Amino acid sequence: MTQITYDARGLAEPFADAPRIAEIDGERARFDAKDLTTRTINLELRRLLYEEGVKEVEIDNPGSRHSLAVGILTRCRIRINGSLGYFGCGLVDGPEIHVTGRVGWSACENMMSGVVVVDGNAGSLTGAALRGGDLVVRGRVGARSGIDQKGGTIIVGGSAGSMTGFMMQRGRIIICGDVGPGLGDSMYDGTIYVAGKVKSLGIDCVPGEWTDADTEFVERKFRIYGLGSPPELQKFVCGKVLYNYDLLEPAERKLVL
Amino acid sequence: MCGIAGIIYRDGSQHPIGDEITRMLQSMKHRGPDSTGYALYGSSANGNLVMRYKLADANTPRDFEFEERLRKHRAIVESRLASLGARIDKVDEETPYAFRVSFEYDGDLKLLADFVEDIPDAEVLSLGRSLEIIKDLGDAETVHDQYGLSEFTGTHGIGHVRMATESEVDIAGAHPYWAYPYSDVAVVHNGQLTNYFMWRRRLERAGRRFMSECDSEIIAVYLAQEMGEGASLKEAMDKSLDELDGVFTYIAVTKDELGVAKDELAAKPLVLYESDDLVALASEEIAIRAIVDGEIDTYDPFEREVLVWKR
Repeated sequence: MTQITYDARGLAEPFADAPRIAEIDGERARFDAKDLTTRTINLELRRLLYEEGVKEVEIDNPGSRHSLAVGILTRCRIRINGSLGYFGCGLVDGPEIHVTGRVGWSACENMMSGVVVVDGNAGSLTGAALRGGDLVVRGRVGARSGIDQKGGTIIVGGSAGSMTGFMMQRGRIIICGDVGPGLGDSMYDGTIYVAGKVKSLGIDCVPGEWTDADTEFVERKFRIYGLGSPPELQKFVCGKVLYNYDLLEPAERKLVL
Repeated sequence: MCGIAGIIYRDGSQHPIGDEITRMLQSMKHRGPDSTGYALYGSSANGNLVMRYKLADANTPRDFEFEERLRKHRAIVESRLASLGARIDKVDEETPYAFRVSFEYDGDLKLLADFVEDIPDAEVLSLGRSLEIIKDLGDAETVHDQYGLSEFTGTHGIGHVRMATESEVDIAGAHPYWAYPYSDVAVVHNGQLTNYFMWRRRLERAGRRFMSECDSEIIAVYLAQEMGEGASLKEAMDKSLDELDGVFTYIAVTKDELGVAKDELAAKPLVLYESDDLVALASEEIAIRAIVDGEIDTYDPFEREVLVWKR
């Protein structure tokens, strides 16, 4: 087992270097993360993408470590053979990431753009504050998925927990299974589609009117990710009552007047 | 933050659960460095009762008479057990202040526990024919080595690493909590209970005792109260979801069951792995990975879920 060092601030492995163990074949590379720490895995990944010019990276044995593949700000393909812990694939902008296992809490938090596909389940807070890109979870997701979502699309093949889309501001969520209580609670905007049972709607979340644009959007996403024919979905949107949408903000009032 | 973990072998086979829970807890050391605790279920020699108790806490002043006081109080414990008709088989001194006593006894367990705890600074950590609670300050490897847990084999167990938020860093505030006086029942908890004082007053009026200021102790005592009135573990846990306020995920164990409950907000994490022969659960998947090799399918239970497995 690798001994992890900490600096005075409590940061792990402040002096770690990329282990340089990946096998590189042109624009492709692969390495085994089994005996590496979180920091050295991320350092190796960044070395390949930013220094070696690699465009496709495959990582074996991630071992459910937290915070892997975060902050990747370049277009590339990453395949993770296994499961991730908390905060996996957060703060990314551009990559296409395929996780063959499961991810823990807060997967893809603050993702700006790109695609993340998870073959297994995901924990709570999946896609928290998602700003763009597509996040596809083939299994189920935990509570508060899509919390504070500001853009992009979250597609869930299974069911979702309570408070899905809590304080959602923009973007779309598609749930193919059931959802727990408080769907879309306190949402400002955005759209939530649900195929299964809705235990209860949250404050200011109301059924929306289905349009051709919804059909086109859902079918296109299902086609892109090979999800088959979309199930029959109910649409939910913000009722726009909770936050006094009839009143203008001071800055807006100045512009109007 | 705290971290909780549990394992149960469904076929009832014996495994080195002292080592296994240690590996799980040590992988979650970052969730709580203050103290570590275990509730392990083995089989005591000759079906004897096993009592784990301590005679001092981490914060007990180590004055000049400390060691003499420990010797004196230990002698009183053993004489009180004998006076109740208990036939002591073996006494292990795990640390200068923590002891394991194996004995034969057919009488009232509550009376026995009360009689021992009447001795100054004495606390019965666990009492039962299969449950043994071990807890102390430090990380899992420290406590494991201190109490020789590599020798413990059993069918199931739970553990806890604590980041103290609601009460002091001491052994009394460490989990698991025994469901006094209900033998062989223990609880670990991650979260905060907001109606702690209401329930504490209510349960104290019903004759239950509390040994700490930690809100988590409520769960163990609450379950003991419900099960004492005839509820099954599942029924008691289901009811707790309506009666306990706050954010919580807790694991409760009996001599042949292990259950988990999540509050209605599902605010505290829990990852679950089920196979034909094993159920393992923990606050983080890396803890399960510490005892299960290879890729595994795991999931988070949803809000208000109570799941119970039998061995």
